[in-house]
Amino acid sequence: MLLNLRKDFPLFADKRNHNLAYLDNAASTQKPALVLKAMDEFQRSNYANVHRGLYRVAEAATAAYEGARAAVAKFINAREPAEIIFTKNATESLNLVAQSYAQLLKTGDGVMLTQLEHHANLVPWQQMSKRYQLNLIFAPVTEEGRLDLVKLNELLVKGVKVVSISAMSNVLGTIPDLGPIIERAHSVGAVVIVDAAQAAPHVPLDVQSLGCDFLIFTGHKIFGPSGIGLLYGRRELLEVMPPFLYGGHMINEVQWDDSTWAELPAKFEAGTPPITEAVGLGAALEFVNQVGWAAIQDHERDLTEYGLQTLLAIPKLRLVGPKDAAGRGPMFCFTVKNIHPHDLASVLDQDGIAVRAGHHCAQPLHRRFGLAATTRASLSIYNTRAEIDRLVKGIKKAQQLLTA
Amino acid sequence: MDIYQQNILDYYKHPRHRGELTGATYQSGVTNPSCGDSVQVFLQVENNRVIEARWTGEGCVLSQASADMLAEHVVGKLTSELGAIGSEVVVKLLGIEPSPNRLKCALLPLEALQQAATRH
Repeated sequence: MLLNLRKDFPLFADKRNHNLAYLDNAASTQKPALVLKAMDEFQRSNYANVHRGLYRVAEAATAAYEGARAAVAKFINAREPAEIIFTKNATESLNLVAQSYAQLLKTGDGVMLTQLEHHANLVPWQQMSKRYQLNLIFAPVTEEGRLDLVKLNELLVKGVKVVSISAMSNVLGTIPDLGPIIERAHSVGAVVIVDAAQAAPHVPLDVQSLGCDFLIFTGHKIFGPSGIGLLYGRRELLEVMPPFLYGGHMINEVQWDDSTWAELPAKFEAGTPPITEAVGLGAALEFVNQVGWAAIQDHERDLTEYGLQTLLAIPKLRLVGPKDAAGRGPMFCFTVKNIHPHDLASVLDQDGIAVRAGHHCAQPLHRRFGLAATTRASLSIYNTRAEIDRLVKGIKKAQQLLTA
Repeated sequence: MDIYQQNILDYYKHPRHRGELTGATYQSGVTNPSCGDSVQVFLQVENNRVIEARWTGEGCVLSQASADMLAEHVVGKLTSELGAIGSEVVVKLLGIEPSPNRLKCALLPLEALQQAATRH
């Protein structure tokens, strides 16, 4: 039984978008009415700055903001809401953990990333490695687009103190089996950061069963608003890490010449947080729970299989990433011979098909496959087989127009 | 507004000025790392006048067609006139106004041309 959720997303009801095949979900997802309503009602009825306000709406706003934190904690099965830090996006979450945790490392300590990583996970650790003379290493990706676990295990040895790894590639769609990697990392004494920015809307996340030390994702890729991201961290680690941003709310006591820090999570939430956005994120997670993971995964498995089957049948199309649906999500990055990705995206746009063209913030990964840019179609719970058919038809049209 | 209209595709599929110019008086190349597009421009100049312009490169329809149109446009011009060629000239040559994101593609060859022109 496939999902039929387009009606729940007001953007598609706008008459300019009736025909829109929105296949750019890896960049950002559309927002269900439930999320828009929750944010609107919150701003109309209960809005004030959070914490410390001694009046009704401030207390209501604080309860809503902290309620969102509790919803996130429940969503990823954190031990307690204080282990959830709100940020502005996934990039800020990854910078927070990299820039703070790096200060606990010693010269020569190893940091392992994988070749799958988005610039948001790559560049912070690359720069921390320069700043603190850390030894940055990359676990390679096979030609098929999966992690090379043999090489990964060879590299993941004593001396590696941090492993920061994507739970789903934003280019290849690959969803690595993180369990054994996390176990191996812990056995050599490394902490593990999971970048779940892409994975969050596609696979259920349970930080306790995964055993990861940190996990991040962002609201806008899981049907919530932009401007809100989060970092989950184990309490013992967050407590010993230095603050990332300094200022209001993150302090305990301030003197002219020194300060002490607030308890978790406030220690890492300097300044006024994205309050309405947190409420929106809470509603988005409620939406996901209402749809249900079993239904989401059935639907997306079907889209992944159908997408692979139909795209791979197009002559002169090269798909990067795994060619079978196991261990990958409904995301397809490809090149078409003698057609520039920008042109393909523009021709598809003429028929109301929204895809993305470029390096998708993963330049080294593209270079690894000998490419500068690809066209990416990334699907979500409201997409359909019919939209994949339109994509295929559009690609064939572009071939006729530009290479005939 | 269709960036794949016939005149643009004609320049893309049948470029008039594509190819290296050995012994060029001026040459310059630019690359757009975000999409991998690259354009090199070669100018042959005699008595301060462009007598031949050629280009090489890889990229999308807009960057390649605009490179060819620009090369055609500058032949016969005084080198002192090249600096005044701006984005509006490219838009006029193409006959369409691309969206802001695609305009970058179309202006890549102009950037290479201006670099080459300012080297004399």
